[in-house]
Formats: sequence, structure tokens, C-alpha cells
Amino acid sequence: MIPLGHFVILSMFIFCIGVFGVLTQRNAIRFLISVELILNAANINLVAFNKYYGSPDGLGQIFALFVIAIAAAASVVGLVLVIAIYRLRKSVFIDDFNLLKW
Amino acid sequence: MVKIAHWIPVFPFLAFWLNMMVGRRLGKGAGYIAVAASALSAVVSFLVFQGLFAGGTSYSLGTWITINGNPITVGIIVDSLTVMMLLVVSVVGTLIQIYSIGYMAEDPRFSRFFAYISLFMACMLGVVLADNLLLLFIFWEGVGLCSCLLVAFWYEKPAAAAAGLKAFITTRVGDTGFLIGILILLASGHSLRFADLGGLPGHDFLMTVAALLIFMGAVGKSAQFPLHVWLPDAMEGPTAVSALIHAATMVAAGVYLVARSYVLFLDHPLALQTVAVIGAISAVMAASIACKMNDIKRVLAYSTMSQLGLMMLGLGVGGYTAGTFHLMTHAFFKALLFLGAGSVIHAVHTQDIREMGGLLNKMKVTGITFIVGSLALAGIMPFAGFWSKDEIFLAISHQGNPVFFFAAALTSFLTAFYMARLIFMTFFGAYRGKHHAHESPAVMTSPLVVLAVFAAGLGFIGSPLCNGVFQHFIEKGDEVVALNYSMVIFSTVLSFSGIALAYAITIRGFALPPAVLSNISWLTRLVENKYYFDELYDFLFVQPFLRLCGAFKRFDALRVDGFVNGVAAFVGALAQVIRKAQTGLVENYLLMQAGGMLLILLTIMGKICRLF
Repeated sequence: MIPLGHFVILSMFIFCIGVFGVLTQRNAIRFLISVELILNAANINLVAFNKYYGSPDGLGQIFALFVIAIAAAASVVGLVLVIAIYRLRKSVFIDDFNLLKW
Repeated sequence: MVKIAHWIPVFPFLAFWLNMMVGRRLGKGAGYIAVAASALSAVVSFLVFQGLFAGGTSYSLGTWITINGNPITVGIIVDSLTVMMLLVVSVVGTLIQIYSIGYMAEDPRFSRFFAYISLFMACMLGVVLADNLLLLFIFWEGVGLCSCLLVAFWYEKPAAAAAGLKAFITTRVGDTGFLIGILILLASGHSLRFADLGGLPGHDFLMTVAALLIFMGAVGKSAQFPLHVWLPDAMEGPTAVSALIHAATMVAAGVYLVARSYVLFLDHPLALQTVAVIGAISAVMAASIACKMNDIKRVLAYSTMSQLGLMMLGLGVGGYTAGTFHLMTHAFFKALLFLGAGSVIHAVHTQDIREMGGLLNKMKVTGITFIVGSLALAGIMPFAGFWSKDEIFLAISHQGNPVFFFAAALTSFLTAFYMARLIFMTFFGAYRGKHHAHESPAVMTSPLVVLAVFAAGLGFIGSPLCNGVFQHFIEKGDEVVALNYSMVIFSTVLSFSGIALAYAITIRGFALPPAVLSNISWLTRLVENKYYFDELYDFLFVQPFLRLCGAFKRFDALRVDGFVNGVAAFVGALAQVIRKAQTGLVENYLLMQAGGMLLILLTIMGKICRLF
């Protein structure tokens, strides 16, 4: 059986990749994909810890399902925003989205 | 039958409510509703009057509140004084409201006027019926409010609005004293019922102070010296209001209050003496001012003040029946005079008697009834005022203070003089005005006729010729009222000499030699300027108050606003610096977010490390 530490390390890697992507990517689509990576890193942890320490009713797995569903909804909203801004500014680079400032 | 007495104020109150709600849609009906309500009150008052002979007494509708274990009841007092006042208020009120239907016919706020008048009637009848000081005080404030509303009824005129305020604020000074007096009685654990005011135990000086403070309320309401300044200005209101509130009923409420709590004053001679002194000062002062006024309503206003002073003087020297009798007759003839003045003003469109003259031929009914009222006021036998004034004279001579007697005699002489002057300048000689004068409609003249009948005949019920029916009714004692011939001759001579002097000056053009005139010019100036009371109060109270307000205003603008604006400016300046952090670039925000998360992570790690 794969030990728990492997799952944690995997999830940490995915999380760090996600954070790196969020911080460095200028393209809004890549940015959204990076956010999904962060969420999935969390999901791996939820499922893994549920398997090793969790209650038999699989609460962590159910929670992961919820996260997936809400993440889907969130990325829908994010994509809609990106498309709307694209129509306005003809660009998907987030450093062009600098309207909300002083 | 007296148990229906508490319904008397209810009818006018319902009329007030109805006229407030739907009065505008009723048109003329608003006036009819108000008249019907007070007529109903008058009918019930008559029934109560009958019931009183059948042995009716005061009764209570229940306890209102309990203070210090001292129950304040919603009690209805039914005795001869109340019944007299009920009849006066409801009968005079009904007649004046009938007159108002004609007088106010053109007014755009016709229904509002009758709503206020009805509310006034309800409160005034409540004042008369209340059996304790606190309940009376509530209605007392109600009539004060109505007075203010009705004086300022034509609030488009700045003078009327200011007069309304002045009436309210000046009487408020007296009412504050009244309230403190009530509270002193309450704090001393006394009952506030009028029936229990006699022989109050407790500190004599404190009770004297309480009596004086209660009298202060009466001074304000009855426009006595030194709180008299509001009454002449109150003449800015509609004339019907002047007749009802500022001549017949509300201003008489002060006299009623003293009469109602008379036992309290009898127990404390200093308070009673003060009533007499204030009354005497007011009577002489107001009568002298009335001689120099040229505004027909203001002459009558000062006359009212003077006559109220005479009533106070009567009460103050122990003439309880004399004071109340004069209160009753005065209500009728002064209401008549005011309504007559209103009819004259309606016809000539001015209030200045120098622009009138010769109106007797043009307005026969108004003229004759006005003259009847004036004769009653001047105290010519056998009109009503003669008998009641004679009573006051007798009471003063019975007490025997020559100063009071001189004050009353001087007032009587001046009264005859200024009323004769008013009559001669208004109704005799040549017409000096421009406007075409005409007689008023019947709806206005018929109340004049009814009131004139009262003004002429009402005195008999208190005269020795009728064996003093009124005195027996009010006092329930066996006070003997003998016709004092020397007094009759004295007062008649006094009145006729006043009339003769007025005739000589106004019709014959008689004038004092210039040398004498220049010697007394200071006196005429003093009187013409109403003894400079308005100026004095302006200097003593109004100006310092305005200066204080100015100081507060400056403090508010500089310090309070300065602090608030300073806080806002500081926050604004800070924001100018901090807002640079808001770059609008998502990466910057995210970097900060990641940095923050790292910081939190490191803190938690540090804590965990320290655990081991």
C-alpha cells in the first residue's frame, strides 16, 4: 500500500506548481488552470487523509466531490469574466486588466 | 343627571377629529359640524346645571396614575363655579362659531379653522371640568397650544407667525411656574384635588411658594403684568379667535384657576395679597395704554387685560363672588365687542380707528350692539358690567385698602374714557376711510344681537334687584347684597366723567394747553410705547439669548465641526498615500496574498517548533 507521505508530497508538488502558475502566468487561461491545480492538490489531501484516518462513511471524499463541483462553477464564472474582458480589451493578459485601481 | 358632564368636551373633540380628517371635503359643513358640537355641549351643560339643583356632585371616572401612593383621578368636578364656566364657554363659544361661519367664509383653510376652534372648545371645557391640578394642567396646555395655532392661523403674515410664537413662549414661562407649583404640592405628599386644597398641612412658606407658582400660571394665561406682552400681539389672529380665546374664555382661565384653588390662597395671605397687587397693576397699566391705542382690536385687547386685572383684584381682596361674577359678564360683553370690531373690520378693511367714523348710519346692528357692549364695559347702569364692577368696588371697600380702591376707580374712569373714545371715533363724526362700508351678513349680526341681550341683561342675576341670585348660587351662603347707593352714584359719576372727557377730546376737539402737554409729554411717550415692556424684555431676555446662541453657533462651527472635519481630512490625507498600493495589477495582489500566506505558515511552524 502506498504510504500516506507519498500522497502528501504529491499534493504539495501540485500545490506549489499551482501557486507558481498563479504568480507567474500572465495569460488568464493559464491562470485559471493554475487555480484548478491548487484546488485539486487540496482534494488529494482530503481523499488521502480520509482513507488513512477518516471515518468509514467517507466524509472527506464527499467533501472532495463538493470542492470539485464548486470549482467547476467557479471556473465557469472565471471563464465568463475572461471572455467578457476579452471582448472589451481584445486581450487575455491579466496585466491589461488594470481598471480597478486608484 | 350630572353624571353626563364628562361628555361635554367629547362633542367638540369629535368635531375636531372629523374636521381634521375630512373637513376639506365638507366645505361649509365643517363650520356646521363645529357649531353643532358646541351647541350639544351647551345643551348638556344646561342639563348638568339642572342636575346640580337636583343634588348632583362631583364624580370620578377612575384613577389615572398613582404618584407616591397619591392617586390622581380622572375626576369631574360639578359645582356652581364649573357650571357657570361651562355655560359661559359653551354658549359664547357657540355664538362665536356661528359668527365665524360668516367671518371666515372666504378663507381657504375654513375647515382647519373650525378644527382648531373645536379642539380649543374641548380643552377649555376640560379645564373647567378637571377636578385636580394635574388633569387641569393637561387641558391648560391644550388651550395654550390652540391659542398659538389660532393666533398664527394666517401664518403667511410674518407678524402673525411671530405673535403665535410669542403667545406660546410667554405663557410657557407662566406654565413652567405652574408645573413647579404642582410638583411642590405632589412632593409634599398633598392631594392635588381642588376639594382637598384647603388647610394643607406642611411648611407654611413652602405652601405660599406653591400658591404663588400656581398663580404664575394664571398670570401667564390671563396676560397679567409682567407676562402680559403676548396678548396685544395675539390680535394678529382672526377676530373670532380674539373674541373666543383672547377675551371670553382662555384668558379668563387664569382667573378661573385662582377662583378654583381659592382656599389655597385664602390660607396664605401673602399669596392672596400678591394676586390683588398684580391685578391692580395690570388693571391700571393696561387701561392707560388702551387710551393711546389707535388699533380697534388692540384697544380691546388692553381692555381685556385691564378687566382681567380687575377680576384678579376682586379675588385678591376676598371678593370671590365679585371676581367670578365679573368674569361671567365680561365674557359676554367682551366677546360682543370683539365680534362687533370684527364686523367693522370686515366692512372698512382697516383696524385703524382714525380711518373710521360715522359708521353708525352704515352699520346699524353692529353699531348699536357695539354701543351696548361698550356701555356694559364702561359700567353704565343697568348694563351687565355695572353690576359686576360694583361688586368688585364693594369687595375692595369692604377690605378697606385705599390704594386698591384708587386703582379700581382709576381703571373704571379710564375704561369709560377709552371705550367712549373708541365709540366716538368709530361710529360718530364723518367717515374718514376710503373703502365703501356695508353691514355684515345676518350670520354675523345675529350672534351680536344675542350677545347684546346678554350684555344688557345678564347683570341682573347678580344685582340686589334680583336679591343676588348669582351670589347665592356661587357661594351657597347667605351673603347679603344690599344696594349701596353712594357706591352706585360714585361709579356712575366716574364713568360719565370719562365719557364726557372722551366726548370733549374726540368730538369737540378739546385739547390741553401746550404748556401742560409738554410737561406730561414723557408720560404720553411712556404710554404710547406700552411702558417699554417689549423693549425691556428684548434687552433682558431676547438679546442675551441671541448672543448666547451666537456663541454656541461659533463654538459649533469652529470646535465641533472643526474636530469632525479634521478627522475626515486626516483620513483623506492618509488614503492619498495608502491608495498607491492599489495598483490594479492582479499579480501584485496575488503576490501579497502568497506572501501573507507564507507569513502565516511560518508563524504556525514557529509555534509548532517551539512546542518541541
